[in-house]
Amino acid sequence: MNVQSPPVALKPNDYASDQEVRWCPGCGDYAIVKAVQKALSNMGADPKNTVFVSGIGCAARFPYYMATYGFHTIHGRAPAVATGVKLANPDLDVWVIGGDGDMLSIGGNHTLHVLRRNIDVQVLLFNNEIYGLTKGQYSPTSKVGTRSPSTPAGSVDSPVSACVFALGCNARFVARSVDTNLKVLPGLMQEAKENTGASFVEILQNCIVYNDGVYSSFTDKANIADGQVVCEHGKPLLFGKENEKGLRMTPGKMELEVVTIGENGVTEADILIHDETNRPLALMLAGMQPPNFPVAMGVIFRDPGPSYDAAVYDQIAEMTEKSPAIPINELMHKGKTWTVV
Amino acid sequence: MPTNLIGTMATQLKETDESGREILDSVVIRFAGDSGDGMQLTGTQFTQSTALMGNDLSTFPDFPAEIRAPVGTTYGVSAFQINFASHAIKTPGDAPDVLVAMNPAALKVHLKDLVPGGTLILNLGAFNARNIEKAGYKESPLEDNTLDSYRVIEIDISKMTLAAVEHIDVTQKEALRAKNLWTLGLMCWMYDRDRQPTIDWLNQRFGKLPLIAEANIAALNAGHAFGETAELPSEISTYVVPKAKVEPGIYRAVTGVETTCWGLLTGAQKAGLNIFFGSYPITPASPLLHSLSNLKAYGVVTFQAEDEISAVCSALGASYAGSLGITSSSGPGVALKSEALGLAVVTELPLIIVNFQRAGPSTGLPTKTEQSDLYQSVYGRNGDTPMPVIAASTASDCYDCAIEAVRLATKYMTPVMFLNEGFLANAAEPWKLPDTDDVEPFPVEFASETEGFHPYLRDEKTLARNWAIPGTEGLEHRIGGIEKDYDSGNISYDSDNHHKMTKVRAQKILGIADDIPEQEVVSGNNSGKMVVVGWGSTFGAIEQATRRCQEDGLDVSHIHIRYIWPLARNLGELLKGFDKILVPEMNNGQLVTLLRSEYLVPAESLAQITGQPFKVSDLEREIRSRMED
Repeated sequence: MNVQSPPVALKPNDYASDQEVRWCPGCGDYAIVKAVQKALSNMGADPKNTVFVSGIGCAARFPYYMATYGFHTIHGRAPAVATGVKLANPDLDVWVIGGDGDMLSIGGNHTLHVLRRNIDVQVLLFNNEIYGLTKGQYSPTSKVGTRSPSTPAGSVDSPVSACVFALGCNARFVARSVDTNLKVLPGLMQEAKENTGASFVEILQNCIVYNDGVYSSFTDKANIADGQVVCEHGKPLLFGKENEKGLRMTPGKMELEVVTIGENGVTEADILIHDETNRPLALMLAGMQPPNFPVAMGVIFRDPGPSYDAAVYDQIAEMTEKSPAIPINELMHKGKTWTVV
Repeated sequence: MPTNLIGTMATQLKETDESGREILDSVVIRFAGDSGDGMQLTGTQFTQSTALMGNDLSTFPDFPAEIRAPVGTTYGVSAFQINFASHAIKTPGDAPDVLVAMNPAALKVHLKDLVPGGTLILNLGAFNARNIEKAGYKESPLEDNTLDSYRVIEIDISKMTLAAVEHIDVTQKEALRAKNLWTLGLMCWMYDRDRQPTIDWLNQRFGKLPLIAEANIAALNAGHAFGETAELPSEISTYVVPKAKVEPGIYRAVTGVETTCWGLLTGAQKAGLNIFFGSYPITPASPLLHSLSNLKAYGVVTFQAEDEISAVCSALGASYAGSLGITSSSGPGVALKSEALGLAVVTELPLIIVNFQRAGPSTGLPTKTEQSDLYQSVYGRNGDTPMPVIAASTASDCYDCAIEAVRLATKYMTPVMFLNEGFLANAAEPWKLPDTDDVEPFPVEFASETEGFHPYLRDEKTLARNWAIPGTEGLEHRIGGIEKDYDSGNISYDSDNHHKMTKVRAQKILGIADDIPEQEVVSGNNSGKMVVVGWGSTFGAIEQATRRCQEDGLDVSHIHIRYIWPLARNLGELLKGFDKILVPEMNNGQLVTLLRSEYLVPAESLAQITGQPFKVSDLEREIRSRMED
């Protein structure tokens, strides 16, 4: 649709707009915006063909800070707006940005459908388990018992896991990372971008004001090794300081367990090899909760399939070939007409 | 001549053509039966044949919300009324001259509307004790004096149909289903309609089920043959309604959905844009989604969204990316879209919302017509959120309104509310086919100049902002729902700036008044004792009623408003030239409030909220009575 301009090496900063960033000092969103800018730079993304679409919430301010096209829409509806952008011009690289309230509460329905349709966009969900912009109410991902202005005695409803939800929606690319993990995050964005179809990335993000330290049990430096397991396709699901721990299927049961190599006769051969195309496995990995399990990071599931937008345009091409457009005047004359003289 | 007298008067005059058929000036026929009896199909096919005969016509399909309501119940009755004439007509007719009742429930519901002395055709086969009781009759209406004042033709249509298709290998159930075609055949005989278009249609419709097609055609022909050979009561004769004298040209029968579809397509072509249509199924708007889905070869992208909100949001996203975003719905769905419409207003992107209004509030009466979303269209959003609102008056007018909606949306960078009505969507009328070349192109020019660009740079005259679409080098920008700085388009929380932006958004829409035709009077004088002001589908009924009053020497005029917002710039002055202003509406008084608040005129409401179109006679009586007040 557009003439491709010659590749210009843009630095991460070249993807930053001139707008002053207005997140709270220390907010995890700063790290994410840097990671995305780095990823775009690494990929040599063309700013003119890049569109960030967001809903409402702290995370949704994201597009204003990018020197690309951007649309800050309304609460929960970013996946729907992005669907229209992508279907109007499939050549565009479309990113959807939102938080846990935006995408799993008010906009849960649209998140479901953008994923199941497999529209070729990247969906980045910044999950901080709290409503930040409205001053700290509990969110659909908050743990039971979360005390907040609207739940002073603690929340009583059980949370949703973003990645389990995405897998249930039939998403074909589901990944997870942590806001400050700048070593991994840009690469993960690139993998999300390179996947054809809807790519879902949950970024665990620390809200320094209303939910500080919510993930520290597995994101603090000292806790990372034991608290996280990195999923890599074809590799054993090992973790721990010395990679001495691992995941395996409990013999005779459809469930995971944490084992230590060398204990109770467990060897490395017993450790489960990650198969990113296995949805039931992905569901189990995505659902693992601390403290009994490490939190799964990386590409938990990837099984690409045809994207909706491509299918729509294939069908248009097919129908056009079958019966090409005739002038509208002729179209209106088709069927039964009569002449009055 | 009042329509409801035509039938009876014509029989008194008994003018006949050379073949002995009585010549009628116009006739109103209503087909009524169970919702599974195929009455809509019968009506549609009769309409097609009538259109091809060269009569002017207007139809009114009236069906229940249930797809297949329990058989034999009054609430499951489906009806289709057609008014056709040898002169120009504007409404589906006040009361039927002929009622076809396929069962007792249909008789129960519709008999009260039949003109005295009117013809009643009954399917005797359905008048068993059970059905009679189900319809709520204590004793058979065939045996008491219920039908005394009508000309009744009792035929066991069910039995006749079974006999007609006996030789064809179909089940009894399939055979019985053809009884609507048998009835259609009889009516074709009575009113001299050609059966061939229906035969063609059946062959096409049941191409893969040749036996079904054959059975239906056999029933159709048998109904016709019955008329020719049966000894019907002497006062029943055959009729002919001569061709209407209309403007020369090529015509076809259309519904408002078809003309809306073609109008949007024509408009998009004139703007040089591809259509993106996001929609969610809802009665009575879904047929537009179906129609546009067949136009893929025109680059039309249709998207059946997960809900009404996604439908409008995807359309807005498509507009942001350079397509013509369109969404459609009915009142409840438009309510769900309203937050996104606010976003469309503040981001100043073109968008068209087609609202096929139905009776509300809430779910209301989904299949009944109403024009009660005027407030919603003009006022129904948070904040000061103006947008143009235009309303179509007839199925033909839907074509022009759709083009106009595209013109305004793209020229002024604004969402446009196109008010359609359930009645217009379903009703058929003859349409003189337009020539798209008669419409001046209004090509969109996307922004390309990087020097001094910002997304809210405005055209000095129209106040429209420039439209820069993703993919354009050097024009990368961010827009959204937060208030924009007037000078840079960046986020601004400045209070004076918000005041200025609110004013400019309002001014932009009000300025459209200079770009639309001045308000004209449809009929009557430009000032005088009374003006009847209408909008939407009541056009025909109001025009007929006021004309009758004018012919009687009354000083009454008719104004029809197409541009609901902004109103035509001369409308206030025009209204002030009349002593009385009467505003008939199929709602509880919405346009009347708008006119009173805009012009401080003492406009009076004439509200009818029955889910049914106005009757000309009711309007006429009301006009006369209010003139005397």
